[in-house]
Amino acid sequence: MWEWSPLRDWLSELITPYWTNPLLTVVQALIVMVCIILTMAFYTLAERKVIGWMQSRRGPNRVNMLWVPGLAQPFADVIKLMFKEIVIPADASGFLFRLAPFLALVPSLGIWAVIPLSPEQAFSNIDAGLLYILALTSMGVYGIILAGWAANSKYAFLGAMRSAAQIVAYEIAMGFAMVGVLMAAGSLNIGVIIHAQQGGALSWNWFWLFPLMIVYLISGVAETNRAPFDVAEGESEIVAGFHVDYSGMAFALFFIAEYVNMILISALTVVFFFGGWLSPFDGYLDKSAWLATPSFFWFGLKTLFPMFGFLWFRATFPRYRYDQIMRLGWKALIPVTLVWLLIEGVMVYFHVGPWRGHL
Amino acid sequence: MQGIRSFLKTLLLTDLLVGLWVTLKGLFAPKITLNYPEEKTPQSHRFRGLHALRRYPNGEERCIACKLCEAVCPALAITIESDVSADGTRRTTRYDIDLFKCIYCGFCEEACPVDAIVETRLHEYHMENRGENIMNKDKLLGIGERYEAMIAADRAADARYR
Repeated sequence: MWEWSPLRDWLSELITPYWTNPLLTVVQALIVMVCIILTMAFYTLAERKVIGWMQSRRGPNRVNMLWVPGLAQPFADVIKLMFKEIVIPADASGFLFRLAPFLALVPSLGIWAVIPLSPEQAFSNIDAGLLYILALTSMGVYGIILAGWAANSKYAFLGAMRSAAQIVAYEIAMGFAMVGVLMAAGSLNIGVIIHAQQGGALSWNWFWLFPLMIVYLISGVAETNRAPFDVAEGESEIVAGFHVDYSGMAFALFFIAEYVNMILISALTVVFFFGGWLSPFDGYLDKSAWLATPSFFWFGLKTLFPMFGFLWFRATFPRYRYDQIMRLGWKALIPVTLVWLLIEGVMVYFHVGPWRGHL
Repeated sequence: MQGIRSFLKTLLLTDLLVGLWVTLKGLFAPKITLNYPEEKTPQSHRFRGLHALRRYPNGEERCIACKLCEAVCPALAITIESDVSADGTRRTTRYDIDLFKCIYCGFCEEACPVDAIVETRLHEYHMENRGENIMNKDKLLGIGERYEAMIAADRAADARYR
């Protein structure tokens, strides 16, 4: 857990020392969560803007804030969604129907616990961090499957089935890509994975694990059910897929989960392949220079690039056909990762490359 | 050889990169959308929008109740009833256009021998209650009076081609 002394001092004056630590964790978790939700809110705006620009449109520009056209659009959307009725179909399985949005959202927020935002800031520095991430990203699919099943609608069910098969297929490729990172770092601890990439932009994992990075990005897009892999929603085929029967804030929760997942996959890409909070100029500039110091600034800046990539892909690629998705996952991505894992294994064995030869 | 080339093309994702390049250029390209209520697209003087009934400059109604527009209307949107007016001329007592039926083809305007029924450039109108879709004689004459300058200018601009 990270320390933020002004907050700790303020809290310890309010309550007994015994409760300070738990409360500090809760307050910090709330702060990070609010920041993530705010990022997600403006990410939806960025998506509409970027896709609009790429299609020679202007994007939302009616709800202005701080003289920026369209900046208040996320708040307008939230207010609209909050006032909408949450319809629960008569034949739906009521409990699961209500539970599913939370099952989708909670894992995507929970993973942030192990992500180091800066050299000092991570909620928990657990040794099996990578395993925790793998476990929780797999949990996210339960929300989708349960939503599709509980709605008792054929479209929703089709969406859930598609999403289940797709996520199972791409989880494997993603897992293998993570194994490559794991071999390079020799640890499951996220902090150690970042420290193992110590150095400038060329000593990060993306350079030596380039194919794995591409595979990770592609399967990340598939994992979040984003275009061009959004068959689970498939507006033109099965209306809205698994969330066809959701409305109001229940629908918004799925929306939030999807966007938080996108930010998360971007952050994980940065952690695994682009050196997390390490500075790209480390080793090229003077050590004392601010640009060469690792900080949250670099983590945030680098995360923006994959986040932009998500929007870019959506604006560019048409949706894959279902059998093409399966073919890409099983017959292209998994073989590529396997081949590169073999190459990496040989390189690690003969101490080629920047990693320190863990066996 | 062909097989190897196509394999490399697939593996290196060249087609996808080309597509990404296209959209990236689009990101910085000038935007063609207009900010609608503030900016509007140029409109032809032949634009066929909301209907109007015109008067002569001396205030006399142009319409002589010949019912050619009613006859030519392909959507049967026009209903006319006529009678002899106080000054002995033939006039309409009822002139209704159902805007829900109207297809804005402009035939009524072309059929009219005295340029009485015209279609104006107005296209930003709406109905809030049932029955407002029926444009009766008063409403049509009202529009004609209000926009006479625009209507006359549009007819004048098109006069050479009629």
